[in-house]
Amino acid sequence: MTTLPPPAPKKLGLVIDLDICVGCHACAVACKEWNDGGDFGPLPDTDPYGAHPSGVWFNRVHSYAVEQDTAHGKREMTVHFPRSCLHCETPACVTVCPTGASYKRAEDGIVLVDEDKCIGCQLCAWACPYGAREISAQRGTMQKCTLCVDRIYNETLDPADRQPACVAACPTRARHFGDLGDAASPISKLVAERDGYALMPEFGYRPVNKYLPPRPRRDGCDAKTSSATPRGEALDRDQLPGVLRWLDRALSR
Amino acid sequence: MRPTFSIILFTVLSGAGYGLLFVVGLSLLSVPSLMSSLIPPWSNAIDTFAIDIRVTLEVALAAGALLAIAGLFCSVGHLGKPLRAWRAFSQWRSSWLSREGVASVLTFVPTFGLLIAMLCGLDIRSNGALLGGAALACLSAITVYCTARIYSSLKPVRAWNSRYVVPVYLLLACYTGALWAVALYVSTPVFSPVFVSFLPVFFWNAILIAPLAVGLKLLYWRSLAKAAQPYVGDATGLARLGSVRSFEQPHTEENYLTHEMGFVLARKHSRRLRVIASALILLAPLSAIPLTFVFGDAAWWLVVLLGLLGVFVERWLFFAEARHAVIAFYGR
Ligand code: SF4
Ligand code: SF4
Repeated sequence: MTTLPPPAPKKLGLVIDLDICVGCHACAVACKEWNDGGDFGPLPDTDPYGAHPSGVWFNRVHSYAVEQDTAHGKREMTVHFPRSCLHCETPACVTVCPTGASYKRAEDGIVLVDEDKCIGCQLCAWACPYGAREISAQRGTMQKCTLCVDRIYNETLDPADRQPACVAACPTRARHFGDLGDAASPISKLVAERDGYALMPEFGYRPVNKYLPPRPRRDGCDAKTSSATPRGEALDRDQLPGVLRWLDRALSR
Repeated sequence: MRPTFSIILFTVLSGAGYGLLFVVGLSLLSVPSLMSSLIPPWSNAIDTFAIDIRVTLEVALAAGALLAIAGLFCSVGHLGKPLRAWRAFSQWRSSWLSREGVASVLTFVPTFGLLIAMLCGLDIRSNGALLGGAALACLSAITVYCTARIYSSLKPVRAWNSRYVVPVYLLLACYTGALWAVALYVSTPVFSPVFVSFLPVFFWNAILIAPLAVGLKLLYWRSLAKAAQPYVGDATGLARLGSVRSFEQPHTEENYLTHEMGFVLARKHSRRLRVIASALILLAPLSAIPLTFVFGDAAWWLVVLLGLLGVFVERWLFFAEARHAVIAFYGR
């Protein structure tokens, strides 16, 4: 059923510490590896060893430079930014699904796709502002982060391993897993302590996952102003198929 | 958003189909009273007219159903798992796509009900025809409304999450449906009185529906220019720390997201394409008058083509111009 379950006390999710993430992509690789063989796999790639490999990853690590004006002049800060499903509390990716394949679990809030029901209409990917859903060209169905539901409750694993593969793999411990619905949990305390924030709250999806902002610099000088400047978009004509390339040329005249 | 051919074709064709069915429904509601007010009651021509108009409406019903079905097939072609398409009827409680599926099939009940009844001799002046016409008009309007809501309910696509989207979809469906109706009325080989079947549809379409649709589209484009969109600093929440730039992408090749949602061609050319779409939509119905001098009755089909082309360009832009919020993470 794609109507959302009533709000539950348990909200499992991740907290990502942008202060210490070094952008090594270990989480993304560990995720791909586990989920290629886990209960929800495989995650096949197109043209894996060819010129243009592509395939589904549940986790993508961006790298940003943040330019700041400080008392000592301009400074650029590097922020590595892993991006995956935020297991939102009120996500439209679930409600738009026409088949009931997308659902949010009532017991712990994990958002999943039922492979056997999905028709691959991709509406849920359009409905997600966080880019957490990718369709598998090979399987024809939608794929997304499962919060390693096949690990975290898996009694055949050592208790220490009953956490998402990305969290286990992170060499700097920038990723934390736990119950964000419980204010007393270590992960909730971390969020409160460090002013953790949700991404793009304006959409009203209420992400469960939170991001911890970079800590203030040791030299004590922080950014004075903040201004985000959008960049203009450029068209790479070579990436277009022939007809569109022709159309682009015709219209550019 | 990538303008996927199958989806554009789906919205254009099924829009035309349900628009045509809508026009047939309206005709069933209005033609009997128009006839009785325009044709003197003592003339027995009225009975012949009723039968002739029935033939044109039967043709239009069949054509509308065919167009709608063709559109629906196009949309199934877009699916990763087309054979499971039947599952899409189940989640009408929450999903506009599912509602659209249900409404599109429900509309076929009055469509084929009327078609069969009329082929068996149902008088278009009877209460049954009136009731069927009302159901047909309502259900086809609801179907197009649901189609538009699939897009207008998606918040991450600012250009779709607009109050202009639903009225424009409805008007353009009605518009292309009316173009089809006019062409079918002209080319059906029975004599039907033009002032009750063909003229009102032609007239209202050219002077009301087309200008209204283009007018709303202009307002829509103006509102788009002003709409606030998230950029990389907003999406990452890092804007408060300074000005954010992406210096390394998460992947070296394109992925599903950048391929599907990072389409920029249209925004570069949008001005010209907007003019082309608006001009085609506005001028197509009017061009019928000069064109008939050259091509005779075939001109009406040319007009259908021109109008459909205009709506196709409009729909192409609707997809291609729209920016998805996720692309902000990529610094675009
Ligand atoms: S991040 Fe996207 S896919 Fe995940 S729950 Fe939220 S809206 Fe759905
Ligand atoms: S792609 Fe699959 S999971 Fe997503 S909305 Fe369509 S049917 Fe539902």
